[in-house]
Amino acid sequence: MMEFFDEYVIVLIALLISIAMAIIRVIKGPTAPDRIVGLDTINTIVIVGMVVFGAAFNEIIYIDVAIVYALLSFISTLFIAKYLEGGDF
Amino acid sequence: MWFDFLIYILLSIGVFFNILGGFGLLRFPDVYTRLHAGTKCTTFGSIFITGSVIILGLKMWYLGSTNGSILAIHTAGALVAILLTNPTGAHAIARAAHKSGVKPVGAVVDSLQINSLKHNENKNIIKTKRMEEEK
Repeated sequence: MMEFFDEYVIVLIALLISIAMAIIRVIKGPTAPDRIVGLDTINTIVIVGMVVFGAAFNEIIYIDVAIVYALLSFISTLFIAKYLEGGDF
Repeated sequence: MWFDFLIYILLSIGVFFNILGGFGLLRFPDVYTRLHAGTKCTTFGSIFITGSVIILGLKMWYLGSTNGSILAIHTAGALVAILLTNPTGAHAIARAAHKSGVKPVGAVVDSLQINSLKHNENKNIIKTKRMEEEK
């Protein structure tokens, strides 16, 4: 499947640019919710990057890893939001 | 083949919206507007990129590879996971930001908080009336 290699690698590089901008927001962010928004964006882009990686190298296992990563990052986002909200759990 | 053309179009739309999401995350002035850019744009772009991978899997299946159907089905599972989890997380973050006291830029009145205060007052009035009636 080397003929699919090139365009998906270009897509991966473009996704890395987007991740870099989100990392700048995580470092700069004035308040805590800003940093969480940046982390959530990084999670989404990493999921898509794993799917693209699996398509580029024709490996199915990367896409299963992406599904599990999506569910675990969702739980972590919910937990951090609940922690910021304060009060009793 | 027209499969390749469709894959290129979907990939370019998805990458455009993902980069737009990162750029908006840098440029917007406020938590809530950044949430718009960082969650909606990346969800929309992810739908198109995973759609292109699904079409790639269908094309491989059509050309005779058994790996292609597995690729398409698992990518559809990843798409369902993204669609279910991403808006829910965004809603939780917005709720947490509002409850922890972050105000939008240029906001003077917090009408959501005022409404909830009025709601609580009405509840308390009804409660005291019921207590008096019971006595």
